[in-house]
Amino acid sequence: MADTAPESEQASPQGEETRRDFLILAAGGMGAIATIAVVWPLIETMNPSADVLALASTEVDISAIEVGQAITVKWRGKPVFIRHRTQEEIDEARAVPLDELSHVESDEERVKKAEWLIMIGVCTHLGCIPLGNKLGDPVGLFGGWFCPCHGSHYDTSGRIRQGPAPDNLPIPEYEFLDDTLVKIG
Amino acid sequence: MTTPLHRYRIVQWIDYRLPIFSWTNEHLVEYPAPRNLNYWWNFGSLAGIMLVVQIVTGVILAMHYMPHVDYAFNSTEHIMRNVEWGWMMRYLHANGASMFFVVVYIHIFRGFYYGSYKSPREILWWMGVVILFLMMGSSFLGYVLPWGQMSFWAATVITNLISAVPWIGETLVQWLWGGFSIDNPTLNRFYSLHYLLPFLICGVAFIHLWALHHRKSNNPLGIEVKSPRDTIPFSPYYTVKDLVGLGVMFFVLAIFVFYLPNFLGETINYIKADPLVTPPHIVPEWYFLPYYAILRAVPDKLGGVIAMVASIAILFALPWLDTGKVRSARFRPIYKQFFWIFLADCFVLGWVGANPPEGSFILIGRITTIYYFAHFLIILPLIGKFERTRPLPESIHQAVLAKKGGGAAPDSPPQPSAAGNP
Ligand code: HEM
Ligand code: FES
Repeated sequence: MADTAPESEQASPQGEETRRDFLILAAGGMGAIATIAVVWPLIETMNPSADVLALASTEVDISAIEVGQAITVKWRGKPVFIRHRTQEEIDEARAVPLDELSHVESDEERVKKAEWLIMIGVCTHLGCIPLGNKLGDPVGLFGGWFCPCHGSHYDTSGRIRQGPAPDNLPIPEYEFLDDTLVKIG
Repeated sequence: MTTPLHRYRIVQWIDYRLPIFSWTNEHLVEYPAPRNLNYWWNFGSLAGIMLVVQIVTGVILAMHYMPHVDYAFNSTEHIMRNVEWGWMMRYLHANGASMFFVVVYIHIFRGFYYGSYKSPREILWWMGVVILFLMMGSSFLGYVLPWGQMSFWAATVITNLISAVPWIGETLVQWLWGGFSIDNPTLNRFYSLHYLLPFLICGVAFIHLWALHHRKSNNPLGIEVKSPRDTIPFSPYYTVKDLVGLGVMFFVLAIFVFYLPNFLGETINYIKADPLVTPPHIVPEWYFLPYYAILRAVPDKLGGVIAMVASIAILFALPWLDTGKVRSARFRPIYKQFFWIFLADCFVLGWVGANPPEGSFILIGRITTIYYFAHFLIILPLIGKFERTRPLPESIHQAVLAKKGGGAAPDSPPQPSAAGNP
């Protein structure tokens, strides 16, 4: 319809630009901007809300964790693994040549104190929780953690060594407030 | 258009202002349908009925269900134990979702076999594919609502697929969750969307039917209707035929609801969701198993997600990938065989999806995934070029009457009124 009307109503010889073309274009452009302006806040409402963001840190007393033990604490709805590593575990992690890793990170980069490995216990494949924190759990082929969902193996530094997961278990932001207190987040 | 009901003044009065009686008459009564439709043509209306069943039982469940992480699991048990007939509503809704998928999958394979996606029905076919996507969305969202272990972990694994999107994946997932993990905001919005999507399905189904009634049904011979002699009125012939199918479908649904209500479910979903413990085996509902197998067949996270989405999206291109001019597999001897191989391939994919990705399952999963795509991208285009199709009948009524042994076609179409006189 729009392309038949101008011919009869207005002289618009040989596809010359007219006022009407301009008005249609301007109105269309404004309409598009208005639509984006309306949809934007609708989409933004689905982001994490202020209270969720406020719950962003938690403090943990680690004095009761014996060498060789690990605990799981909840932070932002996710499990955080805190492992008191044995000297063998540390040595094993540090002995791995870096070119054997698919996500290259040295053990030193992943810890603040060698005996404390603190990381988010969520498999980087599709989000299952790897086994290995509890006594008697399978620990996988590299002595660290094993994700049963699709078979990812992590080493004693929490680095991915075999299976579909693309990345090492992530390290959250944390700091040692003193020798027994860690603040995560 | 006047209908028998127009002898009543009130009907005339209404119809003049809102032509609901003529409209119904045009689309559900006198609507000319090919005279040779078989029972595979039941499944469209059966799918429509299942949508209604889901909406009705869902609205009732929503009166008792509470979308909060502390109450969702208990309110579902409350529906099961305390609400009068609540157990039946929930079992109808849970098994109804499965029935819906059975019916829709048969409906789609009917389309494959008889070439219903070919010109001029491409847009009709597209709307069907859109409905399939929306159905998968609604049932995934619904499965999260009872907030059992499988609800939670299926939701975790599936939403994490989105984190495979390069660069913005992580942000996107947190936007979808409304937090840093699946939690109360997630459950809330999933409930809202679970309520919404079925009504979007209604809208798309309307467009689907609009396109259908514009170009009319395909039929087992796959040739177009050429004259009124090729058709019979929808009512009473196909209303009754659809009702027969409806009876059978409700019978099957009743067997599940009353005798095997948890057969298709996972026992572990009767344990409340625990964000710190992953169950040893995470499997999706049966209707997602083939796609799950395709996801896992690709050893790369992003690649797996792309393959999974592509396995359904490829249906949009099917009308052009199948280069054959003849619609019905009855006249396509080669295509017919590949149809059955493809169907078998889909079943094997489902079987692989139900098993852990170990040992030979990995290999079988990869072979069947490759075959799945080869069917669309290589086999169909080639068959269309090289197949020698069998001769098509002159017209629907000639083919039908020849089969009945008569041979001579009557000169007038069967009259709708004749149906009343046995
Ligand atoms: C396309 C149609 C629909 C499909 C395929 C569908 C599918 C599902 C599925 C698979 C479940 C989980 C069943 C279980 O294991 O308990 C569910 C739950 C639920 N659905 Fe739907 N649904 C549909 C429409 C609706 C509608 C329209 C409503 C509300 C108006 C609704 C409300 C609910 C509620 C409240 C639950 C949680 C209670 C329960 O788990 O039984 N559904 N749905
Ligand atoms: S989620 Fe851990 S291997 Fe897939």
